[in-house]
Amino acid sequence: MEDRVTATGWTIVCELEDIVPDTGVCALVDDQQVAVFRVGEQQLYAIDNFDPNANACVLSRGLVGSVGERVVVASPIYKQHFDLRTGECLEAPEHSVQAWQVKLEGGHVLLGQPQR
Amino acid sequence: MTMKLLVIGNGMVGHKLLEELAQRQPPGLDITVLCEESRPAYDRVHLSEFFSGKSAEDLSLVRPGFFEQSGIQLRLAARAVHIDRQQKRVTTADGEVIAYDKAVLATGSKPFVPPIPGNSRAGCFVYRTIDDLLAMQQWGARSKLGVVIGGGLLGLECAKALRDLGLETHVVEFAPRLMAVQVDDIGGQILRRKIEELGVTVHTGKSTQEIVDGETAHHRMKFADGSYLDADMIVFSAGIRPRDELARACELGVGERGGIHVDNYCRTRDWDVYAIGECAYWGGKTFGLVAPGYDMARVVAAHLSALLERKHALELPEFAGADMSTKLKLMGVDVASIGDAHGTTPGSRSYQFSDERRQIYKKLVVSGDGKRLLGGVLVGDASEYGTLLQMMLNGIELPDEPEFLILPSSDGKAKPALGADALPASAQICSCNNVSKGQLCEAVAAGATSMGALKAATKAGTTCGGCVPLVTLVMKAQMKRQGLAVDNHLCEHFAYSRQELYHLVRVERIRHFDELIARHGKGLGCDICKPAVASILASCWNEFVLQKEHASLQDSNDYFLANIQKDGSYSVVPRMPGGEVTPEGLIAVGAIAKKYRLYTKITGGQRVDMFGARLEQLPSIWEELIDAGFESGHAYGKALRTVKSCVGSSWCRYGVQDSLGTAIDLENRYKGLRSPHKLKMAVSGCTRECAEAQGKDVGVIATERGWNLYVCGNGGMKPRHAELLAGDLDTPTLIQYIDRFLMFYIRTADRLQRTSVWRDNLEGGLDYLKEVIVHDKLGIAAELEAEMQHIVSTYECEWKKAVTDPQARKRFQHFVNSRQSDGNVVFVPERGQIRPATPDEKRRPRIPASVVTE
Ligand code: SRM
Ligand SMILES: Cc1cc2nc3c(=O)[nH]c(=O)nc-3n(C[C@H](O)[C@H](O)[C@H](O)COP(=O)(O)OP(=O)(O)OC[C@H]3O[C@@H](n4cnc5c(N)ncnc54)[C@H](O)[C@@H]3O)c2cc1C
Ligand code: SF4
Ligand code: FES
Repeated sequence: MEDRVTATGWTIVCELEDIVPDTGVCALVDDQQVAVFRVGEQQLYAIDNFDPNANACVLSRGLVGSVGERVVVASPIYKQHFDLRTGECLEAPEHSVQAWQVKLEGGHVLLGQPQR
Repeated sequence: MTMKLLVIGNGMVGHKLLEELAQRQPPGLDITVLCEESRPAYDRVHLSEFFSGKSAEDLSLVRPGFFEQSGIQLRLAARAVHIDRQQKRVTTADGEVIAYDKAVLATGSKPFVPPIPGNSRAGCFVYRTIDDLLAMQQWGARSKLGVVIGGGLLGLECAKALRDLGLETHVVEFAPRLMAVQVDDIGGQILRRKIEELGVTVHTGKSTQEIVDGETAHHRMKFADGSYLDADMIVFSAGIRPRDELARACELGVGERGGIHVDNYCRTRDWDVYAIGECAYWGGKTFGLVAPGYDMARVVAAHLSALLERKHALELPEFAGADMSTKLKLMGVDVASIGDAHGTTPGSRSYQFSDERRQIYKKLVVSGDGKRLLGGVLVGDASEYGTLLQMMLNGIELPDEPEFLILPSSDGKAKPALGADALPASAQICSCNNVSKGQLCEAVAAGATSMGALKAATKAGTTCGGCVPLVTLVMKAQMKRQGLAVDNHLCEHFAYSRQELYHLVRVERIRHFDELIARHGKGLGCDICKPAVASILASCWNEFVLQKEHASLQDSNDYFLANIQKDGSYSVVPRMPGGEVTPEGLIAVGAIAKKYRLYTKITGGQRVDMFGARLEQLPSIWEELIDAGFESGHAYGKALRTVKSCVGSSWCRYGVQDSLGTAIDLENRYKGLRSPHKLKMAVSGCTRECAEAQGKDVGVIATERGWNLYVCGNGGMKPRHAELLAGDLDTPTLIQYIDRFLMFYIRTADRLQRTSVWRDNLEGGLDYLKEVIVHDKLGIAAELEAEMQHIVSTYECEWKKAVTDPQARKRFQHFVNSRQSDGNVVFVPERGQIRPATPDEKRRPRIPASVVTE
């Protein structure tokens, strides 16, 4: 599927069904790699796909879970946890990543801008 | 008030002082450091690792940004040559003059080079700094034979370095034995035998008279007894001397064998000048270890801070001497010396134990009344070091028969270690970082209930690591005392052990994670419980791991049925049962690797691994492998890996059974079996054991009458020999026992626990295991066999399913919205193949590469 940019600056990257519940996929937006996660049936999160601990673009392939109240993904390389809401790396805050705006509209998954 | 502090020397101890001061941040301190070497402080204790792969950066002790952030002025390659105590000024070799209010000498030691004619020839070295090592490395590249003069602790470490450089290595010692300072005669002999077995030639009682040109090598060393030895390089390691030349010149007072006199605050006779580390002389001795130096650094940091903060000096820490006990691993040989190792205390008695076959020597020195431990020597096995050291340091009363502390017990069980409760709160557990039992307990009480957290909170165990077992013990004991069950709960989501969860899954016939967490857990799950439960579900019901309900539980490797590599690419390992492969098979693997430009290598498990596959290439690579007759090798799964074989009776002149055929049958039987950790097996065709079966989880060795079955062996991090479970079995019984054994392990092991560790923790040990597997004491044998039969008969190749399942196949693309490849995966050529580019190489302009997918 090609990505489409809506009038308001959101990019449609895929359909909800394209993401297996409790896993992630990687989307390419303006040459940037963004990991998009579906948690449970409907909840979406997005953070950078690049893992600064490993210098590899792999976060979309990590395991999704929770640490206390936080929803996290564990990097598949060295297993650091990233908070899906904020991009914060729990074990190495200096290696945190950006979180992205993401939303569901009529079955489409839309990506916005990095949240600063 | 501001204080200009000048620190001379940026070695291990000098740097510790800086770190302590940076942490305390006393007001008004302005620090300058003179560092003679061209690089700031590094870890001299681990210097030898420079030859086994560590770089100078790896050894650095300086946190990134340390000097900048703490405002300390560091002068590299700046040596102090003169101290003017009247004017309070120091002059450097470059002629720079620096004024101080307080100065600290942390100049360390220099290696002692005996005054032998010829000792400064090119190709003669000392072993102290990274620059020394660089020089040795350069010369070593052109050398064949290297000699270390000095068979002490450092000399032996240096010998290891020469061996790592690939040289034929000799050690020449003046004294009649090795490590004369630390160990006694018999210990020295055993040590010598061990070291010689490792290929180092030892000459004791040799005094070198002269070094001249050699005939077969660069140098010739002439000994007092008329003999000689030719060598390409010579390293002096005959002891150290404190670097007290600056202090001598300004009349600061030095010890008879060198070292700058200091008091309990490490002040010299001039109270504005301190001395710390190896250059200091306190209580009649110098200290050639890092821990006492660190103590001194802490004392001085506290003293200086108190001066600046105008605190009363009464409550200040003082240096109180140090215990010089040491434990080392020299070329893989454990050596420890505790307290009064030579038994010089009047009236002391000693106990000795030696085992010539295993080359172990142990000695205890106890007080005349037999109540207290004064010292000891351990060679070949130093596992009691922690216990003995604490007994000595804390004056713990000895048992009536202290010899049992070092005697091996007849039943092979571990000796009762010293319980953490027996130690007083003041007992120093980590000497490198001066952490007491009391401090550890406090940190545990404040919430540091894992080793990671405890290390972060106290720094214990972060330097030499020798105290880690004891720190763990103290942590667990304290947790128990606090009623914090040292729990084996899988994680925060399940208050059950893996074994309990396995049971719940079986008994309640639970088939999905969601069901299990809803009934018995909480939260979303995590990267610990999800893969563990996925493995339990697979062991019980053997459903396709990528089926919708199981997919999100899989560790990344299982999710993509391939091992992820450091750069996010994957490796591909087709199964080659028993390591057997046809020429056609090899050609097919070669052709596929060539087509997709994969790196190929023969693994340690007798098969071929292909590296550098991109995610999106995996399905088509596997389609082609499957067409060529291959199946998944499960290199990614906690599952059966390989069954190593030898050629056995079909080819080998000694083989007594068809080891190859049996290995292939076993691999085909258990392939795909998911377990708590990976499983490895091997079958050897005779007792020569070419398949190394005794290092495997399940090892089979042919006998004239059938098969011997060994279990619970391990290579890897902590090798363990497998133990004989049953002998002379016919093939059906062999398989029956292996079925039972594997299923029993799967039922009862912890997550990520290899059979070796499981066995070490199994109450009742090997006898119990025999009772269960061979004699069916629990009456579960039939059940275990039936469970295994279910797995065997429901086996399907996961890759075959994955490539034919459109849902599963869809996931193998890097981008959900583009057919492009991951631009961050970049390869460069090496030895005719590819390897991942380093971050540096990635920054350079790229060579465009075409990527084959379909
Ligand atoms: C490829 C291979 C090295 C090679 O180039 O030869 C290898 C490579 C890896 N080994 Fe190994 N091991 C390989 C044979 C071994 C062996 C030798 C053997 O099997 O005969 C051992 C020691 C024997 C043993 O396990 O008892 C071995 C002991 C380990 C260990 C330590 C296990 C332990 O109990 O201490 C790990 C770490 C772990 O599993 O937690 C490990 C982990 C790994 C991992 C999976 C690390 C990782 O997570 O990335 C490597 C990934 C391989 C890949 O991407 O394909 N590998 N590894 C070998 C693959 C064999 C195969 O065909 O499947
Ligand atoms: C190979 C090796 C293995 C070791 N293994 C162990 C071990 O296992 N356990 C253990 O406890 N200890 C070990 N040690 C000893 C340990 O390294 C020392 O005890 C420790 O480094 C002492 O620290 P220091 O700061 O006193 O001296 P150093 O680390 O030697 O630092 C002194 C620094 O001062 C500099 N300096 C000297 N004079 C001047 C001057 N005039 N101007 C400017 N700078 C000057 C020197 O160049 C040097 O950089 C080992 C040592 C070596 C060499
Ligand atoms: S173990 Fe060695 S000697 Fe025995 S059959 Fe195998 S290859 Fe031959
Ligand atoms: S004793 Fe060295 S780290 Fe604890």
